[in-house]
Order: sequence, then C-alpha cells, then structure tokens
Amino acid sequence: MWNFKEYGEKTAIIDDAGNMVSYSELEDFGEEIAQKVGRRCVVFSLCTNTIGSVAGYASFMNHRIVPVMLNAHLETELLEHLIQVYHPAYIWTPDENREFFAGMESVFSRYGYQLLKTGFETDYELYPELGLLLTTSGSTGSPKFVRQSYRNVESNARSIVEYLELDDTERPISTLPMNYTYGLSIINSHFFVGATLLMTEKTLMQKEFWKFFREQEATSFGGVPYTYEILDKLRFYRMELPSLRYSTQAGGKLSVELHKKFAENAFANQRKFIVMYGQCEATARMGYLPAEYAVQKIGSMGIAIPGGTLSIIDVNGKEIQETQVTGELIYEGPNVTLGYAECREDLAKGDERGGRLETGDMAQKDEDGFFYIVGRKKRFLKIYGNRINLDELDRLIKSKFDFMECASSGVDDHLYIFVTDERQVEPVKDFVVEKTGFNHAAIRVIKIDEIPKNDAGKVLYKKLTAYYS
Amino acid sequence: MAEAKKRKSGRRGSWKKEMTNKELYVKAFVDAFEVEESVLPGLEYTGIPAWDSVGHMNLVAMLEDAFDIMMDTDDIIDFNSFEKGMELLKDHYNVEF
Repeated sequence: MWNFKEYGEKTAIIDDAGNMVSYSELEDFGEEIAQKVGRRCVVFSLCTNTIGSVAGYASFMNHRIVPVMLNAHLETELLEHLIQVYHPAYIWTPDENREFFAGMESVFSRYGYQLLKTGFETDYELYPELGLLLTTSGSTGSPKFVRQSYRNVESNARSIVEYLELDDTERPISTLPMNYTYGLSIINSHFFVGATLLMTEKTLMQKEFWKFFREQEATSFGGVPYTYEILDKLRFYRMELPSLRYSTQAGGKLSVELHKKFAENAFANQRKFIVMYGQCEATARMGYLPAEYAVQKIGSMGIAIPGGTLSIIDVNGKEIQETQVTGELIYEGPNVTLGYAECREDLAKGDERGGRLETGDMAQKDEDGFFYIVGRKKRFLKIYGNRINLDELDRLIKSKFDFMECASSGVDDHLYIFVTDERQVEPVKDFVVEKTGFNHAAIRVIKIDEIPKNDAGKVLYKKLTAYYS
Repeated sequence: MAEAKKRKSGRRGSWKKEMTNKELYVKAFVDAFEVEESVLPGLEYTGIPAWDSVGHMNLVAMLEDAFDIMMDTDDIIDFNSFEKGMELLKDHYNVEF
C-alpha cells in the first residue's frame, strides 16, 4: 500500500505525549509485526487515536493482513459476538483492554498495544483483493461490515491527495475516530505524501487538544456536522490558529447557517473550508465542494472527486439530465467497495458492485453541475456523523422488548423512539444508549397509545413526524 | 472580553430564585447527564459515558442558562471536573457557592 522507506527519517506520527515515530521506524515495525502474525488472516484492530493503533493498522495493510477496524470502546457483548462470527486469528488491542481477553496469549507488544492470539487456528478463504473491513455505523448490533479492497483504499486516498493538494508539509490533527471511514481516509491519504499525523484521544472540548494543536502546528482537521456545532459554541472564529490551512466537513449535511459561517470565516483568514460527501460503501469520499465555491454554493456537497462520476436517476433507473429535479444519487468510480460481509464465509466473496454505487441519497443538481442532497431513500439517520439504520434499530429493540411495539424515526442528531408501554421508556433509552454508544441527549423515547399502521400492517412513519416537527 | 464575563441582565425564572447556586449547579449536571447527584463529587470529563463532548456542550448550555452567563472558550475547555466548574464559575463569573 504505502512505501514508507521513501520518507526515511521524516516523522510519520506524533502523539500528545510527545512521542514520535518516523517513517523508517514504521517500516521496521511493520516487518516485525507481520512476522509475528506470519500469514494473511483476519486481525481485529481495536482502534484509538494513538501511535499503536495507527502503526498496527498501517502494518497490516502493508503486509496484506486484513484488519477489522473496531472502536476500542465497543460494547463487550457485541465484540464477543463479532469474535464468534469472524474468528479473527489475532486481536490488536490497547494494553488497558488486555484483561477483557484474559484467556488469550500475548505474542507481541509495542506502543501501548498488544497482539493477542485468539486460538482460532483454522483459516478460511479471503478474497485476494480484500484489504480491510469497516462497520457502517455506530452499530445496531449487526455484524455487517463493508469490504474494502486495496485498490479502493489507494484510489480514494490518491484522489483526496489530488483535490486537497496534499504534500509532505501537512500536519492533520485527529478529531475523528480512525475506525470511522472519514477519520481513516485522512490517515490513508496523508501516508501517500509522507505527511505527519498528529494523533490525540483528546476532544475539541479539552484544553489539552488545543495545546497540542498549537504546539505541533496542526494544518488541518476534519469534522462532522456536530463538530462544527461544537466549534461554533467555542467561538472558533475568534481563536488564534495561525498554522491552520484548511478544514473539511463530511458525515452528514451541515446546516446552511453553519456552512455560511465557516466558509466566510475561512475566506477571511485565507484558509480553505471544504464540504465533502461520502460513504463507507465508497471507501470514504465521493464528492467535494472546491473551496473557491464554498461561499457561492452554500448547501451543496459539490462535484465528483477526481476519478469518479456522479449522476442522478429516476425511479425507472433512467438518468435525469434536467436541473432541480430530484432522483437517487449514483456514484461510479474505483473506490466503490466490493460489497458487504455478514459472516466470515462472506470474506471469500469478490466484487459485487462493479464500481457502481446507489447511494440511497436523493439529490438534485444545479445549472453549474453542483449536487445538492435533498433527502434519503432509505430509513436511516446520521447521529453525530454515524449512520444508523432505523429498521435495524427497531429489530434490535424488539429483540429485547419483544412484548411491546416500537418504531423509531427522527431527524439527524435527534433519534425518536416510540413505544407503547410507559414503563419501558427508560429501559429502552438505556438499552439504545448502551448498544449504540450515542450520547443519551440524541435519543428521546416517547410513549404513545399505538403505533400508527395502515391496513396491511405497515408502520406509517410519516404520522410519527407529528411528534417532533 | 469583559462583557462576556458579566452576567446577562435577563430575568431569572421563579424556580431559580428558590434554589441556591449550589443547587442550580448540581441540577444542571443531573439534567445534562441524567445521573444521580451522588455520582457528582469528583466526577471528571469522560468519567461517565454521558459526559462526552456532546454532553459537555449541553452542560455548558444549561449552566449558562441557570446563571445567566456566557462562558468564555478558555473556561469551557478548562472545565474538566465537577469541582473545576465551580471554581471557574466562582473566579470568572462571580457565582458564589
């Protein structure tokens, strides 16, 4: 994947404790850990924004070992389930999670991480081009992963390098989890230019984050809509951040008001503000709004990234050429992923999409060819940048609360769950918080007398909108 | 930024008048994080799942509302524990506990 030797003693990663790792050290580390693993197999990578996490991931990718990128704070029951479904040969975990895997032997450790041997010895078939696996959302307990190929990762990263004009002087600071496709794409693209990653577990709400930002002279960061709400609250516009060159936004549609504020602020400070569009199913990025249009085309997610094409189709699958007409957004390009996996047998599967992705987003284009997302075809929400499938969520809730009815709905960052039993309001909320990891402030559980349905028994979700709009 | 440190002149709701500053402060935490009062002493940022960056934003909004203040950026990001918040409110916003 990456040629780390090329960048020699250049610094690849710096963490907030001042630890540094050079590209040549990363290369040597990769050789060492790959030798320990010894073969092409599946490794669960429990991700944090730390040197150990990034170094492990990069090494697995470079040595054709297939990492499954998971949040290190994943709920334990779900993690156990995933282990049973996928039988990973190894787990790459932070030292502090060691006790959770008490029965497993540690065969290697470095940078605060350990390589644990799970005891699953029987290898199963892995499609030769399969590079890594990522979850599509915060998770609703489903073991569904997106299968990304080496070509997917490389083509998307190189496209990002091109349109963001990245070079080896870049110093992006981590603001997103690296098991999240957007966060990972920042790592992937910067490794292709020999830049320096600034990795921290601190959040924008912590003094230590901003100290690290200033001391290490971060040049860029990425954010989901909620990140920009936080920055707005922190009066980002007044902060002195001379090293900052640009910021990007993806993971859902930013409000027009905030888009305008940040675009104008960037313009006034000779910085760039770049709105982007993507999905895990397209590796990461599909569209971007070039910075020079950030103010002029507010509300737009832009145009296709280099190497890809965007189009809109009607219900019959025919391309819509007219402007301001809504249809489903279609993306074609080398970064369209292979497909999904729901069990280890699926990892033998090849390319099921052929480079074409139906995004599930409803869009329009304007007379200049800029695209605007106007709605969604399927029932899902983005909560703090994480996609959550509402039908899957309903099934998850019913699996535990099988004695009552429930239906979920809502708008981005505000999930509404309707139940028919008053006594279950709190338990349902606690359950969903535990399973998804979302802050409880995003979730409201409302008791109603009955879930509205049509004669065929289909839930009338439209009627539920009356409770929150 | 002296003006930000002054209290806004907005009228306080009647329920606020009947509560001490300490009670208002505790109520903001209990409401923002949906936790029992007993967990608050010694509580730090990210010490419970609810006190993440989302929770922190909600907490700050509730405290600003409860005390009719506008917190400075430096104070918002310095506010890393239950006790630290009281110290910041006392030192920079004239809230006596």
